[in-house]
Formats: sequence, C-alpha cells, structure tokens
Amino acid sequence: MDSFNNLLEGFATALTPTHLALAALGVLLGTAIGVLPGIGPAMAVALLLPVTYGLEPTGAFIMFAGIYYGGMFGGSTTSILLNTPGESAAVVAAIDGNPMARKGRGAQALAAAAIGHFVGGIIGTTLLVLLAPTVAKFAVDIGAPDFFAIMVLAFIAVTSVLGASRVRGFASLLIGLTIGLVGLDEMTGQQRLTFGSLHLADGIDVVVVAVALFAVGESLWVAAHLRRKPAKPIPVGRPWLHKADLKRAWKPWLRGPMIGFPFGAVPAGGAEIPTFLSYVTEKRLSKHREEFGKGAIEGVAGPEATASASAAGTLVSMLTLGLPTTAVAAVMLAAFQQYGIQPGPLLFERESALVWGLIASLFIGLCLLLVLNLPLAPVWAKLLRIPRPYLYAGILFFASVGAYAVNADVFDLLVMFVIGVLGFVMRRYGLPVLPAIIGVILGPAAEQQMRRALQLSDGSLTGLFNTPFALVVYGIVVVLLSWPLIRRLIRKPAPPAEPSPQVERPKVDA
Amino acid sequence: MHTVVNEPVDKPVNKPLSRAWLRERSELGVSAILVGLGVLVLVDAIRIHTDFAQRGPVGPKAVPVVVGVGLIVVAALLARDVLRGGRGEAEGGEDIDLTEPADWRTVLLLCGAFLANAALIGVVGFPISGAILFWGAAYALGSRNYVRDPLIAAGLSVVTFVLFNNLLGVPLPGGPLVGMF
Repeated sequence: MDSFNNLLEGFATALTPTHLALAALGVLLGTAIGVLPGIGPAMAVALLLPVTYGLEPTGAFIMFAGIYYGGMFGGSTTSILLNTPGESAAVVAAIDGNPMARKGRGAQALAAAAIGHFVGGIIGTTLLVLLAPTVAKFAVDIGAPDFFAIMVLAFIAVTSVLGASRVRGFASLLIGLTIGLVGLDEMTGQQRLTFGSLHLADGIDVVVVAVALFAVGESLWVAAHLRRKPAKPIPVGRPWLHKADLKRAWKPWLRGPMIGFPFGAVPAGGAEIPTFLSYVTEKRLSKHREEFGKGAIEGVAGPEATASASAAGTLVSMLTLGLPTTAVAAVMLAAFQQYGIQPGPLLFERESALVWGLIASLFIGLCLLLVLNLPLAPVWAKLLRIPRPYLYAGILFFASVGAYAVNADVFDLLVMFVIGVLGFVMRRYGLPVLPAIIGVILGPAAEQQMRRALQLSDGSLTGLFNTPFALVVYGIVVVLLSWPLIRRLIRKPAPPAEPSPQVERPKVDA
Repeated sequence: MHTVVNEPVDKPVNKPLSRAWLRERSELGVSAILVGLGVLVLVDAIRIHTDFAQRGPVGPKAVPVVVGVGLIVVAALLARDVLRGGRGEAEGGEDIDLTEPADWRTVLLLCGAFLANAALIGVVGFPISGAILFWGAAYALGSRNYVRDPLIAAGLSVVTFVLFNNLLGVPLPGGPLVGMF
C-alpha cells in the first residue's frame, strides 16, 4: 500500500488552493484550446507550454495535467459538432457522434463523450497508480542494452504501426533523428551539424521543434488550402442523458478502458487502434447494431472512454521509462526536460512528490472536467465559430511567443520557421509528423544508451543483445517489421518458398 | 551510394521528362531533400575529429553515419515508390479543402508576417511586433476588417505581453514603447 500513501500525499500537494487553481486553469485553457478547430491535444499542449515556464515544477505539472485531459476532451467536442476530428483519437467519435448531433441529440453525444472521458480517465489513472511503481521498480534493474532495445521498438512501432506508408514513416523518423543530432555530442563534446554556430551548439530545443512541426507547419498547410466557407458547427444545449441512454452507455464506458489502457501502455503508439477496436467491439455486442454509423450512443461512449484510458496508459511508459509513444506524451517529456527532470525508472524515487502530485491532479483534473464542461458545453461550442483568419493568426502568434520564450532568442524563431516549412512539406506529401517528434526526443537518448552498452561490451556488438529482455524486444521488432509478409503468409495457407531478399523487403518498403 | 542517388534520374529514360511529368511526381523533391540532408549529415560526420576525447569504442561519428546512410537509402526507396505510382496522401483537416489548388500567395504572405515578427521583435519590442504578426497573418488569411483586425491584434499582443512578462514571469522584450512608461 506504499503507492496508496504516496497518492494521499500527492493529493495533499495537489489540493492546496494555488495548485487547485492551477489545475482548474489548466482544464479550462486545455479545453478551450482543444475545442478550437484545427488544434489537437498535442498542439494545445505545445502551445500552452510557455504558460508554465514561470511556475515551479510541481505547479507546472499540475497545470499540465489539466491541459492534457482538457485538450483531449475538447477534441471530441470538435469531432461531434463539426464532424471533422482535430486528432486521430477522436476520429472514431465522429462516426456516430456527428449523426447524433445532426439528429438533434448533440447534447446526449457530448454527455456520453464527457462521462466516457471521465470514466475512462479514472479507470486508466487508477491502473496507472497500481502499475507504474511496479514497472518503475522493474525498470531500475534494466540496463543500457534493454533501454536501447525499447527505444528501437518505439522507433519501429511509430513508423510501422501507424500511417499508410512505411517509407514515409521512416523518412519522417530520420528527419527527426537528424534534428536530434544537432549540437554537442554528450559524451565527447564534439560539435555535430552546428556549422560553427554557437546557437546550434546547444542543440535545437524540442519545444521549438514540436511547436514548429505542429503549429507552424499546420498553419502554413491550412493557408495553402483554406476552406473559404468553414463547416457549420451544430448548435447544442446543455449535455444530459436519458435513462435509456444511460442504460446503453454504461457498459461501453466500462469496456473501453480495458481496451484502451493496455494499448496506451505499450509503445505501439496512440489511441487510433484501440478506439477503432472499441468501436468494432461495441458494434458487435450491441442490440442496436443497425444504428451504428447513424448515431448509436455506444459508438461515442466506448471509443471516448477508450481514448481517455489510453492517454493514461501512455503515461505509464512515459513516466517509468521516459518513453513517449504519442505526440502529447512527447511534448510532455519535453516539458519535463525543460525543468531538468528526466522521466525514467528513478523518477518515482527522486521526484516522488512531483510525480504523485501530478497523478493526484490527473484525478482532480478529471473531476473538474466533468463539473466544468457539462455546463460549459454550449460556450465551448461557440468557440467553433471563431473566424479562421483569427484562429490561425492566433496559432502563429502563440507559437512565436512559445518559441521565443524558451531562450529569449530570435534565432529560435528562425529555426522554427525552417522546421515549420519542413512540416508543411511533410503534410503535403503524407509524411507523418509523430515519428519525427519521437526521433528528436528519443534519438539522443537512444544513442547514449547504445554507446554505453557497447562501452560495457568493449565494442563487441553482442553487447546490444546480451540480455533476455533485449532479445524479446528485438523479437517484437522483427515481427512488426515483417508483419506485411507474415500477414501474406497467413492469408495464403500454402505459400511459395520465398527467396531470401523477399524477406528483407518489408523492412523498408510498403 | 552514388548509384542509388542517381537511380530516379536514370529510370525514366523512355518517359517524357516534361513539366507535367515532373509535377505529377513532385514528391521526388522530398527524395531530393532527404538525399541533401543525408549528404550533409555524412559530410559533417567525416569532418568530426575523433583522435582525442573519445571514450568507449563507439565515437560521435557512428550514429551520424547510420542516420546519413539511412536518409539516402530511404530517399532512394521513396523515389522508387513514387516512380512506381505511389503517392503520399496530403493531410486533410477541418479547415482544409484539398479540391482547390494550393494558394501560394496566402502562404507567402503568412511567411512574411511570421518573419516580420522575428525581424522586429528585438527592435520595436514584442507588443508591436506581435501585433504586426497577428494582423499580418489575419490579413494573409483573408480577413479585411480594417478596424477590428488591428484592434484585436494590438489587444492580444499587449495582454499577452503583460500576462507573460509581468504575471507568469516569462520575459518578453518590451521595446522602446514600454520603456517610456
């Protein structure tokens, strides 16, 4: 019951008036920014990061927890009322949420989503409390080769599991790794890709990269293809549920987290797959199968609870291993690094007060979300009418504030512009943004772990494979890489004997 | 490495290298960027002196070499994919209408507004340069309200400045205007 005591202490930290106010502010800001069309949770979190620069770490992360869940919640509102999800996790919610809103049941859809978020978040965060300390304890004993293996897995997972094209995923990852190389080599102090510039010797700040790729890249991309007549949001009243709705929604709310949390916790990237799985499950189990796609409340309740629990699951690997698997977690990791705190197995020992304060405020943030957002939903819905020129001008404005605030240096604005243009090109040609962000953040860490492992083995490559844990992880990597081939073999019961070059191909192709 | 880079140029021997052909395959430009980046990383890696200060068997060169080679290999594979008819899917979104051709004027104006802020922030201070950024960006995106736009821009800029600089403790340059008070 150690973690229970720690959690109580965390609540003591989080329930002081200042921290409570910060949590509430975070929830409101997060929801407001998350509701704005075109802004997903990752961009919301990245744009709001500078707001926390002046705060002490605990306060900053308590506010951050609010922003995180607020942004997630805001995304589903956009999805339901505009039918155009701002983020991948909310795609599924639009399938049935928007037809509900068009039938005049928008209030019920929003309520199902809000309560789904609450239930999913509470269950997910509870599992986080139960699981994270154990994972951290286990992770203390794993060494450099294991860490390197996990990071390789994360790289492969974000490039292969998500997105339509693997080549483009790898291209994005390599771009991120290149940006991560800029600066002084941590082990020898040698300059890499700095071209003699003192500004570049410190490396490119992850926050600048994240804001550039998400906010600047997105604004430029939208500018090129701005829809001159934005979609009309559906007006909505105060969310509430009929008894019949409750009867249909409570099971999906509880089932969702069971799907979402495990998917969030493993480095397989994001809420896309679990929300989709949840949708399919609910459709199969429902007595109203014919309503799916035309406004079935289960199709909103299940996936939303799944998304929320998956977000909590993401925090397990982020906090205990320092391994971000979604864009939001990546930005959050960057926020930790801003304060000189390195998430990882030792975080729970060294920064116990901060971590448990953060986890406690996740619970508080969820409650505040439910209390504030159900009555405020009509207000949030009005935000969807914001004129698009102001919206994207505002995004660029706050992106500039954020990038400048990191080091008070104009040079960062120029770096952000260049990377923003890169983000534009990536959007144009279907290169996913997430692998690049993960590459920037994990690249340097992976390099350190690899070199440490090889130092221990005196340069022998076996040093990377000499633990059972690393071997298991590489096994998973091989399966992920050869998945297209395996699937082909499963489909055809009697496969022709493939020549060996064919086995190599799926690694980078497809 | 050289043969791989040349591959996309060698292949289309029997196809017309016309403008339309290139426009259809403009994604080859992404391959070109990746190759350029890869060469840059490799050249920079070769330049690193490793004779001193190296600890451990793997020096600061190894990872850049892997990344550089990786970039060039991926560039070649991407080029192959494009020449075989593969296309990266342009990202859709709430405010994006992909049926219209790209509006470059808007993009350039927006870039101008962004760079104006970068150029002016040290000279005139954030309250003014930020307002120019916002108004400029809104103008670029098609807002033409000559009363409301500058008012919103100025208000947002000043409020943000006070909020960050005075309340949140994140310093922003005030410029000469703030110095007068």
